[in-house]
Amino acid sequence: MAKITYREALNQAMCNEMERDDRVFLMGEEVADYNGAYKVSQGMLDKFGPKRVIDTPITELGFAGLGVGAAMAGLRPIIEFMTWNFAILAADQIVNAAAKMRYMTGGQYHCPMVFRGAGGAAARVSSQHSQSFENWYANIPGLKVVMPSNPADAKGLLTASIRDNDTVIFIENEINYGDISEVPEGDYIIPLGKADIKRVGTDITIVAHSRMTGYALAAAKELAKQGIEAEVVDPRTIRPLDEATILASVAKTNRALVVEEGWRFAGIGAEISARIMEKGFDDLDAPVTRVTGKDVPMPYAANLEKHALPSVAEIVEAARVTCNRA
Amino acid sequence: MTETESQEQAAGLTQEGRFYSADRLHAMHDMMLFIRRFEEKAGQMYGLKKIGGFCHLCNGQEAVCVGIEEASDSNDYMTTSYRDHGHVLARGTAATSVMAELLGRAGGVVGGKGGSMHMFNVEKNFAGGNGIVGEQVPIGIGFGFASQYRDDKRVSITIMGDGGVNQGAVYESFNMAALWKLPVVFVIENNQYAMGTSLSRASAETHLYKRGISFKVPGIQVDGMDVLEVERKMSEAIEHARSGKGPMIVEMMTYRYRGHSMSDPATYRTRDEVNEWRSGRDPIVRLQKQMIEAGLASEAEFKQKDKDIKKDVAAAAKAAEAQPEPDLSALWDDVLTDEIPNAYPYPRQVG
Repeated sequence: MAKITYREALNQAMCNEMERDDRVFLMGEEVADYNGAYKVSQGMLDKFGPKRVIDTPITELGFAGLGVGAAMAGLRPIIEFMTWNFAILAADQIVNAAAKMRYMTGGQYHCPMVFRGAGGAAARVSSQHSQSFENWYANIPGLKVVMPSNPADAKGLLTASIRDNDTVIFIENEINYGDISEVPEGDYIIPLGKADIKRVGTDITIVAHSRMTGYALAAAKELAKQGIEAEVVDPRTIRPLDEATILASVAKTNRALVVEEGWRFAGIGAEISARIMEKGFDDLDAPVTRVTGKDVPMPYAANLEKHALPSVAEIVEAARVTCNRA
Repeated sequence: MTETESQEQAAGLTQEGRFYSADRLHAMHDMMLFIRRFEEKAGQMYGLKKIGGFCHLCNGQEAVCVGIEEASDSNDYMTTSYRDHGHVLARGTAATSVMAELLGRAGGVVGGKGGSMHMFNVEKNFAGGNGIVGEQVPIGIGFGFASQYRDDKRVSITIMGDGGVNQGAVYESFNMAALWKLPVVFVIENNQYAMGTSLSRASAETHLYKRGISFKVPGIQVDGMDVLEVERKMSEAIEHARSGKGPMIVEMMTYRYRGHSMSDPATYRTRDEVNEWRSGRDPIVRLQKQMIEAGLASEAEFKQKDKDIKKDVAAAAKAAEAQPEPDLSALWDDVLTDEIPNAYPYPRQVG
């Protein structure tokens, strides 16, 4: 298995799918000539030509809607948002059109398409460019929300998302784009709706997605030194959620901590901890705890930004509290 | 015998050099009248509280619906807003299924999931029925994009109102459609009022066909109360788009006789203004006059037709009303195409 970056893994998934299915095309800002604002689509214009790799004007609502119409007409669009912050302009098309199209038309039309791009905080880009919106989309029936935390998952999950017949919100992470690890070559698909246990442990379950999975793994390493074996579960698909894997882990460890980069209120952690309470109450030896982004818009100053985001130290501390070891 | 010779001998009338056979004129007339009577019936059913929610009627705008349909191929895509009854009927959807949808019945055109605002008919390439003002315009260029991508020469007819034309999404769409020469005809149904706000109170440029100028989208203004002019000008616009010249704007000058929706008494307009349109420019009366003058029909014939159509509409309404409501299990249908059985929220179940 070759070691490649997260962005190369995404690129491979798109290229493979475009070779496999000529209905698939990529559209977005700077995806073609510029080779992608984050170089995810590097080389794709050369490979597939301007008919299938299409630069758009800066017009998120417009090209998101174009994608919806093209999907309704039977194509399989991949619509790239440079970041998910800009996708707010396109929310009408995602929420009011794509998510509801199958239901609202009594099954006559549907929108098999992927909206993808970078989510979460990057580095020092302050409040309007550092946000996590997975909980917004995860609230909407008709959408699937997918967030890979490493290169192999990025490839396998994007492949599954492109082949899926529903609208998939595929949220990448800018900080992860340069991460390198082993990725299976050729066709590689990870089914949607399947969580992955990234580290096996016995003392506490840490549920973390996207960039926070790496933080949770780092925290688990530190906790191990302190005699706490954490199990790290990465949901990978946020909606629909593989709660069975999470609940089975909690049944084993009897303790749970949910980590997310986004804000605490009505966040993914709120949903997951509610599910653990609803379905795994008798397995719990302690209340479920959460480590989340602080409840403020992201500040610019390096120290404030660092303080606003979850840290490995906070995860370690929260795990210790949950395990009565603080 | 050449085609022209046969046309000269056949019954019909010629307007601006375009020949319309008697059969075709009758069909256009009958569809306009059917839509008129259907909408009246819908208004009545709403008054009886049999139709719920929002209900936007298109009485007065029938020439736009029918003229567009006459000009387009059945393969051409069509999208519009929530004022969609006339268009979905003109595209050839069974009246019973449209009325059943209004009544929230199982046999509704979208199974009772949409109601008045969300009529869709994929077999007729009719993509709604979109409830957010202007939302259908980017979707419409998406259909045009698909046509260009597959090079299948289908045109996307993208319909909006004089209210919708002020949405930003419309200009994003004009720009991309022109930039890529997408086969799209943007139809602006200018019925003079965006809900209760008159055009001049909402638009700095009230000549809406000019709204594409800075995007190099040519525009024309059409008498939307004249079904033959609508047919003729739409044919030109569709040909323009189909031949690869890119998008075009067609502004239809029209008028809705009823309020914006059933809950709107339309007190923002004078009775004189409404009467001027209704009695002076009505599209159905106008075509009837033209056909009588050309010796293609008599007043008695139209009276009989009206009776027959009213009967047909009543029968469709009765048949729709007799249908059951959707089965409760339908609540869970069609949320997703690829359900994931072992993941939460679990398909088709609570909790």
